[in-house]
Amino acid sequence: MVDVTGLVTLSTQNLHRNFGHHIAVCDVNLQLRRGEVLGLLGPNGAGKSTAMRMLTGNLAPSSGSIEICGIDLLDKPLEAKAHLGYLPEIPPLYFDMTVNEYLLLAARLHRVNKQVMQIVLKNVKQRCGLRDKGKYLIGTLSKGFQQRVGIAQAIIHNPDVIILDEPTVGLDPNQVQEIRLLIRELGKTSSVILSTHILLEVENVCDRVQIMHKGAVVFDQTMIELRQQDASLEDIFAQLTRS
Amino acid sequence: MLATIIRKELRMLFISPLAWILLALIQLMFAGFFLMRLDAFLEIQSQLLQVINSPGITEIVISPSFASAAIVLLMITPILSMRLLAEERRNHTLTLLISAPVSIIDIVLGKFLSIMIFFALVIMLIIALSISLRIGGMLDFGLLFSNAIGLFLLTACFSALGLYISSLTAQPVIAAIGSLGMLLGLWMIDLVANETNGWMHYISLLKHFRYFNQGLIDTLSIAYFILFIVTFLVLTIRHLDEERLHG
Repeated sequence: MVDVTGLVTLSTQNLHRNFGHHIAVCDVNLQLRRGEVLGLLGPNGAGKSTAMRMLTGNLAPSSGSIEICGIDLLDKPLEAKAHLGYLPEIPPLYFDMTVNEYLLLAARLHRVNKQVMQIVLKNVKQRCGLRDKGKYLIGTLSKGFQQRVGIAQAIIHNPDVIILDEPTVGLDPNQVQEIRLLIRELGKTSSVILSTHILLEVENVCDRVQIMHKGAVVFDQTMIELRQQDASLEDIFAQLTRS
Repeated sequence: MLATIIRKELRMLFISPLAWILLALIQLMFAGFFLMRLDAFLEIQSQLLQVINSPGITEIVISPSFASAAIVLLMITPILSMRLLAEERRNHTLTLLISAPVSIIDIVLGKFLSIMIFFALVIMLIIALSISLRIGGMLDFGLLFSNAIGLFLLTACFSALGLYISSLTAQPVIAAIGSLGMLLGLWMIDLVANETNGWMHYISLLKHFRYFNQGLIDTLSIAYFILFIVTFLVLTIRHLDEERLHG
């Protein structure tokens, strides 16, 4: 029997966040293992982005705790964030920089070793399909390529936990397919959380699915269980979030 | 990590034409002031020779040039400081820095130091201008040094204030106008303090700079400058932290 606790990369306990009187996220308990891709679904305003911002240290939870690779994010933010890669809803890009400059900056910020910097850069560009875009200014790239630069930035330091907020928005169908393959591949070595509105994407890419509604997790099942029950994700989603 | 942030900020600054245009403009203005003072000096030079213990070229040319430089830099700081945090927020790039294993203290200090490197460059150019007078005479290097230190500390105060105001908004233009307003306010205090000579006297940044301008390195003034800088840097750090806590 493999030691299961050693494999848990991200866990949260009773994560709670309110803005004034409005409760954005309520009692979220997550457990993510290495090699698992978790799909986070939910209607707009369900609290997906807020939850993700909390997991990445951009927003402090009102109560509850977050552990990344066994390190408490609130106590030791710097050590914990070293294991994280995050692509926010709006990619954090400097439009005046070239792709190379920007990715090198991201690598330096995440303390990638100087000796391997160039290799890492080459690698990540290959993985994200940016091989011949290195010298382009980010501002001149199309939305799809900008999105890829955003993804590249999140995975350049080979993090244990990768958090992607709607990664396939604005991509054309071919690119969507490539990014899905990339996510599958990332999911083999790291844990991935991705939020999306596309149910098909979850069915294709994810091992587990959670549905959030009004700040709470209302559904949590693995894809295997779901397939065994022969249930359609679309019906479940509609049932749980329509009210 | 601090070095990474400083490097990034300087890169961003010098990528844009803004920094180069500002450097050229500043230098043009200083050269103008400098030439005017030099002309005035040459006109009265023969009379000065008859006075015992007359003021030298450093006092007549360099000190007034530094005094006008202080006002020019007061006007220019908001243009440089506005983008530091406001633009990051508008372009949603602050997330990149905050999600990375970098502390907020490093982010704020890195941004502050990068702008100070720019000002050190500007002050170095003024010093080079002053040293060119060595060709024709003797210089009072003590006075030049106290002027340079004073101007450096003064611009550090301007930048710290500008950085704080930039942290309050997502609109660079509002940050620029806000800091300009505050800095002009501090200048107004100086005018008031000239007359009343009361407690206002101690708040005014330019009043403290005037001691350096006259060649007096006053520890009280240094303490005030440092207190001013630290206060606004701490306020900036607190504000960014607060944002994380309260959304």
